[in-house]
Amino acid sequence: MTTAIAIDGISKMFRLYRERPTSLKQRLLVSRSRSEEFWALRDVSFDIAEGSSLGLVGHNGSGKTTLLKCIAGILRPTAGTIRYRGRLAALLELGAGFHPDLTGRENVYLNASFLGLSRRQTDRIYDDVVAFAELEEFMDNQVKFYSSGMLVRLGFAVAVHVDPEVLLIDEVLAVGDESFQRRCLDRIRRFQSEGRTIVLVTHALDVVRQVCDEAVMLDHGRVQAIGAPDDVVRTLRHRLLSDDPTFVPEEGSREVEISGVVLESDGGLRDTVYSGEGMTITVDLRADVAVPDAAVSFAVVSASSNLHVLEGKTSRLGVSLGPIDGKKRVRFRIPPAPWASGTYFVSVGLDSPDGRLFHVQTQHYPLTVPDVHDVAQALVVEPTVEVEDL
Amino acid sequence: MPVDAPIEKESAITSIPAVERTSEPPRLQVRERLRELVAHREVLVNLVRKELKVKYTASVLGAVWSLLNPVMFLAVFSLVVFVLDNNVPDFPVFLLSGLLAWNFLANALQAGSRSVIDNANLVKKMAFPREILPLSAVGVALFDFLLQSVVLLLFIAVYPGHGFQLPELALYPLAIVTMLVFATALTFWVASLNVRYRDVGHLLNLALLVWFWATPIVYQGWLVQEKLQTVRFLGLDVWALYLLNPVAVIVLGFQRALYSIVVPGPGQEPILPPMRLGTLTGLLLAVLAVSVLLLFLAWRSFFHRSGDFAEEL
Repeated sequence: MTTAIAIDGISKMFRLYRERPTSLKQRLLVSRSRSEEFWALRDVSFDIAEGSSLGLVGHNGSGKTTLLKCIAGILRPTAGTIRYRGRLAALLELGAGFHPDLTGRENVYLNASFLGLSRRQTDRIYDDVVAFAELEEFMDNQVKFYSSGMLVRLGFAVAVHVDPEVLLIDEVLAVGDESFQRRCLDRIRRFQSEGRTIVLVTHALDVVRQVCDEAVMLDHGRVQAIGAPDDVVRTLRHRLLSDDPTFVPEEGSREVEISGVVLESDGGLRDTVYSGEGMTITVDLRADVAVPDAAVSFAVVSASSNLHVLEGKTSRLGVSLGPIDGKKRVRFRIPPAPWASGTYFVSVGLDSPDGRLFHVQTQHYPLTVPDVHDVAQALVVEPTVEVEDL
Repeated sequence: MPVDAPIEKESAITSIPAVERTSEPPRLQVRERLRELVAHREVLVNLVRKELKVKYTASVLGAVWSLLNPVMFLAVFSLVVFVLDNNVPDFPVFLLSGLLAWNFLANALQAGSRSVIDNANLVKKMAFPREILPLSAVGVALFDFLLQSVVLLLFIAVYPGHGFQLPELALYPLAIVTMLVFATALTFWVASLNVRYRDVGHLLNLALLVWFWATPIVYQGWLVQEKLQTVRFLGLDVWALYLLNPVAVIVLGFQRALYSIVVPGPGQEPILPPMRLGTLTGLLLAVLAVSVLLLFLAWRSFFHRSGDFAEEL
């Protein structure tokens, strides 16, 4: 596979001045020692394959935007190199590159020229841009009269129509109404199918899980996790939870172990369930030395509210596993439920009847409930019919 | 079917040369950078258009403001000249031919010094060759220069005895090119310096005031030459030192090209320094050569610093 962006040992240091010397006098009088070094990025290295979509996640101040700006060439790294090929479009801020006194139409041309389009090339995409942004009536109004939602729409519309090989997006999709967000996601999917490379910075973990092939988590400027979105999202979740001193990601005596967990919706989707759909949680166990009995439990936690939305335990459900020697499989069937869309995490635990902990994996398995509007799904219901003589 | 048809279609992207970003401050490679600037010419056009629009459309009089400046200057200095009883035939043509060049330089420098700072939002969020910002300031100044030249043309038309003189007029394009190169060089310089030292803006205004009066725009070049050519300072010809001011040479070039009256009539005092056309051409060419060198150095320094603009703003 070809590498679209190679990031090699990137570090970025900012000098934080308590009072920045911006005049000659200050520069001459104030000693240099009044500045502090702040490392926004430290030795970040990873490759982004051509045609892949990478999600950059991390808490505020973890260096995501700085990295994006280094890739875009707005900031110069303090150390390291970045190589990429092709036309690169960066969408770093809503309405960046828009001038408030110009009309929407003029701003489309201005913005497209920043992204490397000629006037004639812009003429060709202009109608599509306007249609995508749904701003037909406002194109001759000055942009200063636009709402922030209108600005994002226009900015995003230009960025995706300039035909970039590499698209950098920084947390801009959070604005805009639902229908626009949906169209953005559709557009991003089309981008993916056309083999373009996307780097997406976002706090919306379900977007990362739905859209990206790979994710990188930054923490204090270092790469903390890199890999499949599910794994990275889990690491991020665990880091968030690790502020709680009682949080332990995995523990137990391991006399019996959880050897695998599968979340599957009735529609056959992995790690995803639609609102109104039922699902199955399958837990595989393994005991190298026989134990007389064990109880399996699970809990589903909402990432946004931190609430346990659903819990279950074999013993409480009146099921006994019996002696375990070797492998065993437990299935929890969850009936159709009105899931709220968002990201959830599933914890799975194993303990003995007298309360000894065999094995627990806290919030280890991410589960996504997509926005119902997101994808038109076949409705998994069987219609019934009645005939009546009148 | 061609024998050498590729079996597999090569990835479109591998054929494109890679862009590399490193920690090294960028080194100016003139040809490569020029190609990049040409590729982004649309940005320059759009930024100049934007500046002009923002500058003029929200005002009632619009571009008339640009024309008012030389007209007001003319009114004020005509009064001064009348009071001083200074005998310059076709004074408006004399004044405007030098003043327009000066206005161009001053406008380019003043707007240029603010160009990077005022566009901080663009610099922080968009990737594009930063040179375009000072260049657009030069572009706007050039637009005003052309607009104001219409006023000058009107005055030349109004004075019936004042026609263009052909050999002199040939100096006009040379003077314009020299003016452009010189102003662009200085604009690059003040634009990048102003990012780090905000003093530059204040300093520039003072410097422009001194510079204006050190240049024969409202007074006749001959008056300076007359007084200075006999003075010697450290064994040097002070008139020659005066001509070290590149703007003086450029303004003399414009005056010679458009005003052209060196001596108004037999027995009368000269207005412009009575140097031969070849000498003035030589002087202009020398200024142009120095300006080209200056432009290269200023561009290189601007480019070198431009990598850190987003951080310093």
